Amino acid sequence: MLTYLDFEKPLAELEGKIEELRHLGDSAEIDIASEVEKLQAKLDKTLKTTYANLTPWQKVLVARHPDRPRCMDYINRLIEDFTPLAGDRQFGEDAAIIGGMGRFHGRSVMVIGQERGRDTASRVKHNFGMPRPEGYRKAQRLMKMADRFNLPILTLVDTPGAFPGIDAEARGQAEAIASSVDVCLSIRVPLITIVIGEGGSGGAIALATADSVLMMEHAVYSVISPEGCASILWGTAEQSKEAAEVMKITAQDLKKMGIIDGIVNEPLGGAHRDHAAAIEAAGNELWDQLVPLLRLPGEDRRLRRRHKFMDMGRQEVGRVGSKSAA
Amino acid sequence: MSWLTTLIRPKISDSAVKSEVPDNLWHKCASCSNMIFHKDLTANLLVCHHCQHHMRIGAEERFTLLFDEGQWNKVELPKVWSDPLKFKDKKRYADRLRETRNSKKLQEAIQVAVGKIGGITCVIAAFDFDFMGGSMGMAVGEGLLTAARQAVAHNAALIAIPASGGARMQEGILSLMQMPRTTIAVQQVREAHLPYIVILTDPTTGGVSASFAMLGDVTIAEPNALICFAGPRVIEETIREKLPEGFQRSEYLLEHGMVDMVVHRKDLRARLTTVLQLIMLPNSPQLKKRA
Ligand SMILES: [Zn+2]
Repeated sequence: MLTYLDFEKPLAELEGKIEELRHLGDSAEIDIASEVEKLQAKLDKTLKTTYANLTPWQKVLVARHPDRPRCMDYINRLIEDFTPLAGDRQFGEDAAIIGGMGRFHGRSVMVIGQERGRDTASRVKHNFGMPRPEGYRKAQRLMKMADRFNLPILTLVDTPGAFPGIDAEARGQAEAIASSVDVCLSIRVPLITIVIGEGGSGGAIALATADSVLMMEHAVYSVISPEGCASILWGTAEQSKEAAEVMKITAQDLKKMGIIDGIVNEPLGGAHRDHAAAIEAAGNELWDQLVPLLRLPGEDRRLRRRHKFMDMGRQEVGRVGSKSAA
Repeated sequence: MSWLTTLIRPKISDSAVKSEVPDNLWHKCASCSNMIFHKDLTANLLVCHHCQHHMRIGAEERFTLLFDEGQWNKVELPKVWSDPLKFKDKKRYADRLRETRNSKKLQEAIQVAVGKIGGITCVIAAFDFDFMGGSMGMAVGEGLLTAARQAVAHNAALIAIPASGGARMQEGILSLMQMPRTTIAVQQVREAHLPYIVILTDPTTGGVSASFAMLGDVTIAEPNALICFAGPRVIEETIREKLPEGFQRSEYLLEHGMVDMVVHRKDLRARLTTVLQLIMLPNSPQLKKRA
């Protein structure tokens, strides 16, 4: 059973009606098939207009949708022979970050992603996708290993943020994230990121300092959650919608700003309505990004990645009327 | 900047703190509530002599405190895209920036200077917490990249002194992108085999602690500084319990293996000199004599 978001009420009604008609079966008075067809057309049109005009805040809700495909859904569909690898070899295993080797289009790769879980039990197990330092240290271990064996790395980002807890702080959450970014910028193998849901701040960039960063059409990526931003700058979380607007957190805005490299279109009505189509589209785009990267020498890839981030935001200096000294 | 300011260097006699207030003024220590004479406070480098609470000091005061004879040259920082989002909360970010620049007499939250410490050439990138909580946006990232470039050009050590609440939210995702950008600065110094030393001061949190601030070859903390990724308030709201005394403070980080040493402000320069000389002068004449 699909979960409907508040702004999806008209969609819920239409889908409900179609469902009812299908259960009625044909009778002499009404032509069920054509009636269903008519409603279906109306539904498709409503879906299209609704999803083509999502506000940033609505995108936040879609990105966090409970039925949206998760990291493991992507891995199961895109990666063959997936072999999970566990633990940071220092303290423990963090289920908020999944890591392992597998085959992507026949090519051996390392996959690292944040998993939020689906039902209550698995959400608790995966800590709602909020990694602890050992998760980031596992990611670093796997990235370094991938670099040694020349395995391209795919990272799937979906986190509200790194876990803010006593234990996480005690074990050096800040250092773990800093070192992950450091490792991302040190490796020579291709590193491609796709933000599949929510890209929450430092918890996301730790895995997303990549050659190529993709976002799903309705994913969001930001320095702080709109709720957090609103409560700090407006003094109340009630301004979250406004914060979501001004922060520029959608894939479309971030592409325009030159922060991300590509957007993967989601099926009509969002990834949660058709997991297979969404994941296939992501897989195709990931492969298209990977192929040209594979042709570059390793050191070129590292320097190209470095310059991409160094240049970020610099190109606009001229436009605002001040001369760049850099 | 006039030719005068570039010609005349601040002298150590100016003391570590600019004396704009009369000497007979009293300050109340935020930590122990004792009253302290302004003159005593500046003489003590803005450390409370009752409880040793280290008050915040600005970037220029840091330079004067740490460089030999209090002499240093300021490095000019490049202009940056200052309001990428045309951001507005209760107030426009552009206005907030302009007002802060006027009232604080600072251009941004970071300043960079070159000078010598114990005779060794160093570049210091220091934060002004007074400037929007020392928050990190494009300007701070560019400041650290400039500092790293200067360090490599001068074959000098890089010293970072953060005092920051974290990311500059008003610059949105570009503030997050300063985490990789400042990490690149550290990597460039590392690749040149030059030392990168961090002095963590109160507070160092969020995106700043989770990037260049935690990547030092040697990491020093001032006593009782708040150093963390997630702030105490965020954690309390998440776990709904009171945090233990001293949690996320310098001494706690030392105990948990996150910093090398906690050093009192009055001993910082001496400590820094020793560390720098050990790394940069591995075969000093004195060493030969003893051998
Ligand atoms: Zn005191």
